[in-house]
Amino acid sequence: MDNNVVLTARGITMTFPGVKALEKVDFTLRKGEIHALMGENGAGKSTLIKCLTGINDFEAGEIHVDGISGPVKNHSTKDAQEVGISTVYQEVNLCPNLSVAENLFIGREPMTKFHTVDRKSYVKRAQKIMDELGISVDVTQNLENYSLAIQQMVAIARAVDMECKVLILDEPTSSLDDEEVEKLFTLMRSLRDKGVGIVFVTHFLEQVYAVCDRITVLRDGQLVGEFPIAELPRVKLVAAMMGKNLDDLAEIQKESTADVSKNPLEISAKGLSHTGTIKPFDLDIHKGEVVGVAGLLGSGRSEMARAIYGADRASTGTLSVDGKEVRIGQPIDAMNLGMGMLPDDRKAEGIIADLSVRENIILALQAKKGMFKKLSRAKQEEIAARYIDLVQIKTADQETLVKQLSGGNQQKVILARWLATDPDFLILDEPTRGIDVGTKSEIQKMIVKLAGEGKSILFISSEIAEMLRTCNRMAIMRDGQKVGELDHDLTQENVMKAIAGGGETHE
Amino acid sequence: MRRNAKLNSHTILLLITIVLFAVLYAGGCIAYASKGFTHLQTFLNILITNAGLICVTCGLTVVMLTAGIDISVGALIAMDCMILAVGMRAGMNAVVMVLIVLVIGVLFGMFQGFLVGYLEIQPFIVTMAGMFFCRGMTAVICTEQVSITQQSSELFYKWANTKINIPFGGYINSKGKYLVPYVRPGVIVALLLLVFTFFMLRHTKLGRAFYAIGGNAQSAAMMGLNVKKVKMSAYMLSSIFCSIGAICYCLNTMAGSVSQALGLEMDAISSAVIGGTLLTGGVGNVIGSFFGVLINGTISSIVKTNGKLASSWPNILTAALLFVFIVIQSVFAMLRNRKK
Repeated sequence: MDNNVVLTARGITMTFPGVKALEKVDFTLRKGEIHALMGENGAGKSTLIKCLTGINDFEAGEIHVDGISGPVKNHSTKDAQEVGISTVYQEVNLCPNLSVAENLFIGREPMTKFHTVDRKSYVKRAQKIMDELGISVDVTQNLENYSLAIQQMVAIARAVDMECKVLILDEPTSSLDDEEVEKLFTLMRSLRDKGVGIVFVTHFLEQVYAVCDRITVLRDGQLVGEFPIAELPRVKLVAAMMGKNLDDLAEIQKESTADVSKNPLEISAKGLSHTGTIKPFDLDIHKGEVVGVAGLLGSGRSEMARAIYGADRASTGTLSVDGKEVRIGQPIDAMNLGMGMLPDDRKAEGIIADLSVRENIILALQAKKGMFKKLSRAKQEEIAARYIDLVQIKTADQETLVKQLSGGNQQKVILARWLATDPDFLILDEPTRGIDVGTKSEIQKMIVKLAGEGKSILFISSEIAEMLRTCNRMAIMRDGQKVGELDHDLTQENVMKAIAGGGETHE
Repeated sequence: MRRNAKLNSHTILLLITIVLFAVLYAGGCIAYASKGFTHLQTFLNILITNAGLICVTCGLTVVMLTAGIDISVGALIAMDCMILAVGMRAGMNAVVMVLIVLVIGVLFGMFQGFLVGYLEIQPFIVTMAGMFFCRGMTAVICTEQVSITQQSSELFYKWANTKINIPFGGYINSKGKYLVPYVRPGVIVALLLLVFTFFMLRHTKLGRAFYAIGGNAQSAAMMGLNVKKVKMSAYMLSSIFCSIGAICYCLNTMAGSVSQALGLEMDAISSAVIGGTLLTGGVGNVIGSFFGVLINGTISSIVKTNGKLASSWPNILTAALLFVFIVIQSVFAMLRNRKK
């Protein structure tokens, strides 16, 4: 192994039932570098980290760690810690009810000669560790008295004190504010200078360029490449993550051409926000218009939709529907105003797997009417039949349980559910994720058709191509805020540049 | 830096408990001074009556710290007392019987702890099964009340009637006789156990591990603690402490019967909660639990001294107190969350 290298992974392969999560992925970490691990959802970042830390048992490949002869195979996080690989997660894995000092030393406390815990000595050592790292805390205070940022730093301090050579930071900045992020970066840099190899996983592009030396990009379980930071400008990084080559972008046929900008407004949000997830944004959507939301995962796409729909109660700002200002406290208010929302996590928030297709379709309509005004069975069957036909759900009959359908058909059931409520405004969050190409294009056509009927649609997708095909306009999201809109020159290149940011503005 | 903010919300809760006890007791003293409430013996009687409950509450506090629960303790006391009574009636030596009861506590706790820790079954279900088992077993051993008399065990009878005098706080009664305040051996056992638990929780690896697991079991596991083993230890301690408590309890009642210690597990849980132990785990202290027992004991004592109040009043007062404490706890939790 190269002197300078602290960890190498070669040909790591890992399969989950039906999916190749990682395929012959290589990863190299050098001493004293901060190395970003980038990739969209499902690219294999988490799986790779879990292979390194012993949570996943990979099938093929080898991991070598500096100072240890032979390949390393970890079977638990404890194994990993023993060879010097520590991980700090977004969710801090410490005990909030114990003091900072105890959190640093629990499980490995210094003992007195009476076999009791030597509190005095570890408090002193803990204070010394924290002072050395420049973290100003009173180590005798309970951890829960400190902010999440400090808690994360305590977790890092614990890892450092356990002599970790490889420190993996998995989305550590997601719930920190700018000032806290800066503190964390200072700590990361000082650890780098001490020779620790740091793997930094984040979806904030700004942060990658602020602190990292090198980037490894994964896509669909495969290695795209390893790049020094200077050789991979933002646009190229986004292109690498999304799997598009900027040089040969095919022209995409646009299906929607009607000019809707003169139509009256259906939705108008002014300064709407939800503390902690989405910064204040303005958004207008005309009747009959499809507005796309482009951005990387975690950029605030879904959060924007949730704030409009009332799934997250808005902290600031106003929302007007059909010209009238409204207050939405919870989703049922939104439904009564003629909104519908297809959530991105259809397993958790969408389908009810153990109910039949018919029951799933009439669910939202029934909720909107009120639980005590039951729809008659005949009426239910009539509605179900109409929408099964309309969105072409492939099912044996209405009474088939939803869990027996394919993913694409499940998605269509949810779409049918919302169409049954006859909404004026529909939010579609990743409606085409994980479904086959044929069904995808059907859903895209359906979107254009609904818009043609005068309905307004907010369309969130990771595939720029399908938004280009269906949308009149696009909102660009980056790092938890809306950074601009594109309404002309909708091309893949322009959209990617806007997502990547850092260059010209797109207001 | 907030070096001066030593008083965190948990210490405040403990202080509230202690102040509440002081206020209640002072109230009792003022209202019933003429009925002898001010004598030291009144306080000592609370300790004597509740010696068993103090032991049980120590064990339950440990279990609750790990975010678990043990509702088998009341029934286990009944079974232990029955075994003591029947064994001594059959002529067994008191020391042997005490050892048998302690071994039963170890085995019973080990089994419950194994189910909760290693098989990861809900503690409520496991200990509910344990509760039914013990209560049933008590009746299987004997359906009638079995008294422990001087004939059945000279030694046990002697323990029960031993008075340990306190060299101060005596008074002269209406007949002009000087009465020396005393406690029973059970009180000494209970207080030693309390000190032991306090020390164990504060200064041993195992004790700190109980707190860590109650705070966040997943984190504790990731920091290298053996969560399964620690959980099992908690239930073992609970059953052992409960068996020690059963001996103290039996020294008071001098009998075994199916209906003994009915609902005692709830008294122990409520004492721990009033003492500031959170059912969600990770927060609490045996000192608080001890004061919880004292508060419950003081309420009973006041009602008894009054003489006119129905005997169900302590329950209602305990309910009110529990309610107040739960509200205070959640207010503190909310304040803390808002601060973040």
